[in-house]
Amino acid sequence: MKEVAAVKAVDGVSVAIREGETLGLVGESGCGKSTLGRAILRLEEPTSGEVLFEGRNILTFDPKQLRALRRQMQIIFQDPFSSLNPRKTVAQIVGEPLLVHGLGNRLERDQRVEELLGVVGLRAEHMRRYPHMFSGGQRQRIGVARALALNPKLVICDEAVSALDVSIQAQVLNLLRDLQDEFGLTYLFISHDLHVVEHVSDRVAVMYLGKVVELAAKAEIYLRPLHPYTQALLSASPMPDPTVKRQRIILKGDVPSPINPPPGCRFHTRCPYAESVCRQSEPELREERDGHFAACHFAGRVGIH
Amino acid sequence: MTSATAPRGPQDRHPLLEQMSQLWRNKTAVIGLVIITFFILTALLAPLLSPHNPVETSLYDQLKPPVWHAKGTWKNILGTDELGRDTLSRIIFGSRVSLTVALVSVGLAFLVGTFLGCVSGYFKGILDSLVMRVMDMILAFPYLLLAIVVVAYLGPSLQNAMIAIGITYVPRFARIVRGSVLEECGKDYVMAARAIGARDARIIFLAILPNCLGPLIVQTTLSMASAILDAAALSFLGLGAQPPTPEWGGMIARSRALILRAPWVMTFPGLAILAAVLGFNLLGDGLRDALDPRLRD
Repeated sequence: MKEVAAVKAVDGVSVAIREGETLGLVGESGCGKSTLGRAILRLEEPTSGEVLFEGRNILTFDPKQLRALRRQMQIIFQDPFSSLNPRKTVAQIVGEPLLVHGLGNRLERDQRVEELLGVVGLRAEHMRRYPHMFSGGQRQRIGVARALALNPKLVICDEAVSALDVSIQAQVLNLLRDLQDEFGLTYLFISHDLHVVEHVSDRVAVMYLGKVVELAAKAEIYLRPLHPYTQALLSASPMPDPTVKRQRIILKGDVPSPINPPPGCRFHTRCPYAESVCRQSEPELREERDGHFAACHFAGRVGIH
Repeated sequence: MTSATAPRGPQDRHPLLEQMSQLWRNKTAVIGLVIITFFILTALLAPLLSPHNPVETSLYDQLKPPVWHAKGTWKNILGTDELGRDTLSRIIFGSRVSLTVALVSVGLAFLVGTFLGCVSGYFKGILDSLVMRVMDMILAFPYLLLAIVVVAYLGPSLQNAMIAIGITYVPRFARIVRGSVLEECGKDYVMAARAIGARDARIIFLAILPNCLGPLIVQTTLSMASAILDAAALSFLGLGAQPPTPEWGGMIARSRALILRAPWVMTFPGLAILAAVLGFNLLGDGLRDALDPRLRD
């Protein structure tokens, strides 16, 4: 078969997640956030590059090593309706990771499932029920319980609360934070919601069109964004206080096609400060301040400071 | 408290059972089910129900008309054929042949087709193209013609007719399953299964396949109807059940010449085929309504 066009959903991204931290990953729809998360788990195979987990490149792992690795890394999905198999009971869904890895007999597995359900705030009598009998928030808790079943070190939360009501979002977020304290989890928290990311993250990475354009500690990025895209993104996010007026940066045009991304800086077509250098050379992700990375030729010299 | 003591409410039923209870509210399906049950019981109790030996000939009772006819007698309620064999007894025993053919040929097509469809839809790529093109080739032939070719190659017998019908039905199962599997593969629970490290076979047959059962059950039921019809057609052409086996299609074939002189001889096996096919079709349609949420309400 002929390859018609290649989409580089994620291109040349380099980020490090530190043990025990929550790295927030934000960006608009279609910028490659989820693809990055799935590439880390090898649920989608990257064409090049390396994913280092505890110093080892997991892209070179054979199927057996990969299976063992699955115990260390798990994922929580966005859609609590499609992420649970409708034909299986909660006990089967949450217990399946244990079954697949041959951990314990049936009785031990059921005990572990009960324990996990308790951890995420569900009751033992929920075990024999099917997913369609639960609300969205409860289903997401089941998904969390499944992800925790194998005691992973890294959990990728792929828009884990985006499909939930705001009140339920807070519950699940608090649950995730409590679990992090209790089990020493490391999170990659993917979301398009800046407030949610601000609430849970230690550091935040901003993606635009398959590239990380800015990466810094939470306080840094929300108070002193260096990249014009981050600045625009933050100015567009609504404030809970209606009396606070803020100048919005309205970006013109649409996100360019990832099949044919613009040359030079990928953001130059919509950047209010773009100059000729932006159209010609692509800026690298540089450390502009202590621990604050940005990929912009004029980082820190344009926009709000 | 362990799982065994966890309370089990009435709402904790398997989703498929839930849908099956919908079936009772569907009149068409219930009628179909009644007809099929009737035929199954007839087949099981054939030796007890039939008044005569179905293959026993009688020179004195040739071409007797049915009982309501002026010359009819209670001895042969539905009359006799040109060799004096009792039509009712032959129809009763014929139900065994027809139901066996339906079960075996559709069972064969179900197993092979489902496996091919699952593997095709899950692995995609070259394997998928290859399998589906072979299915297209089979579909390019008219069913009966292909079945005739297969029987001609294997030799005419009931067993070979079942194999032939089975082969011709494989593509419809493969296609339906492949479509459902492709749809299910896009859902997150499949990715979740991969994320926990489940092997492909486990994901395909334990995670995805149970979610494709709805259309599969409908297809199975409807295929049984056409298998009965096709088996009768093959026997009619002399390629299926061989005499003296009482088979509905074969009975019609041999009494064809008598259509003007003794029309009842071919009418009753014809009605039996009609009723059995109708039963499976009604049930199939009812199942479709019950299992397809888009058609409900």
